[in-house]
Amino acid sequence: MATVAAVIASTHHPFYYRASTSAGPDRPPFADEWVAKIEAFRQTLTRAEPDVLVMVGSDHFHQLWLDNMPQFLVGKAPFFDANWYNEEREFGLPRMRLAGDEDLAAYLLREGLDAGFDLAFSNELRIDHSVTCPIITLRPQADLPIVPVYTNIFAPPMPRPSRFVELGRALRRMVEAWPSDKRVAIIGTGHLSLELGGPRQFGPHGPDPEFDRKAVGWIANGDVDGCLAEVTLDSLHAPGNATHGFMDFMLMMGAAGDGAKADYTDSLDLFHTMEAYFTWYPEGAPS
Amino acid sequence: MSKYLLDKFLYTVDRDPELVERYRSDPAGTVQWWEREVANTVLNCHAAEKSTWLAFTEDERRALREHDHVTLFRMGAHPFLTLTLFIAMFERDHGPLEYQIGYARAMDHITLPYPDIAT
Repeated sequence: MATVAAVIASTHHPFYYRASTSAGPDRPPFADEWVAKIEAFRQTLTRAEPDVLVMVGSDHFHQLWLDNMPQFLVGKAPFFDANWYNEEREFGLPRMRLAGDEDLAAYLLREGLDAGFDLAFSNELRIDHSVTCPIITLRPQADLPIVPVYTNIFAPPMPRPSRFVELGRALRRMVEAWPSDKRVAIIGTGHLSLELGGPRQFGPHGPDPEFDRKAVGWIANGDVDGCLAEVTLDSLHAPGNATHGFMDFMLMMGAAGDGAKADYTDSLDLFHTMEAYFTWYPEGAPS
Repeated sequence: MSKYLLDKFLYTVDRDPELVERYRSDPAGTVQWWEREVANTVLNCHAAEKSTWLAFTEDERRALREHDHVTLFRMGAHPFLTLTLFIAMFERDHGPLEYQIGYARAMDHITLPYPDIAT
């Protein structure tokens, strides 16, 4: 059976690529600290020696649109082209191409459907920065095949937070039962408190530092019950109008396991939003 | 009122570099052309397979013509779509983050709960 080499949850900040590659007067004052934290975080994946990456993210109205919106979707294709014109325009993100693991994608679709998740699928998926940001931060050589899993955290009506947790638990169980000798890392990205296009955007910190503090505690401690007791589709409006992206963190808490304390936790308070990075090693930390 | 059609406008313009420039320089003409030619296009389908029922209200046309991001927010247009397109059109006229912060300050009078964005 396959090994879950690591479970990793992270924010996906589209400004990291430009901040980390800029020089001279264009380089923001926080870039060096940010790069140092990312390079330390990257080591947590490198040490896990993965063969394939399950990448949980959310399309930002690029390929998935309101005329035909899936709640959960698995990408099954030999390749995934990546990043879009408006991400190149606004964030300076590069065009990329990642290989896909079609065997694992087909397996997750079959097993997921049988486990009660009516997963949509795509055989031609151009992925966006919710998946490429963690590739850039965690595996910049982009040399491993991926299986993208997209969630709807963007267009109401959305699944409830508990459904994200349940899908994370199911992903973990399915990967562990995959008849393969491969080492799989399950990586997912979301947001802490975030406001986009509203009065609280682009402040000196995230829009709700108190929510961020609690959220980091829930994730780092694997406190699924505590998180589910407080977080609802309605409550997520209060910390910021784009905070439903936190449900992808909740999915990753499900994948990490109830009560599983993260083996690695870090965060960085930036303008506009707080960065947070978590790694679990289900089989114990690699030496 | 059609939040879906407002979102469709923002979405289809934002993803097309030529339309971004056209909407920046000629908003009234672009909104008129778009409603006539694109509003009833079923995306991802053959051009002949059009819808027959999608149209803006006059208030929606006006908000789009006037690049009025505050009114679009109040109408329940998806704030991510509005922000992304408006940054593409207007960030270039401002210093670093100046546009994004001014965009927020223009909405300071808006309090929770925000308008529903469900379509």
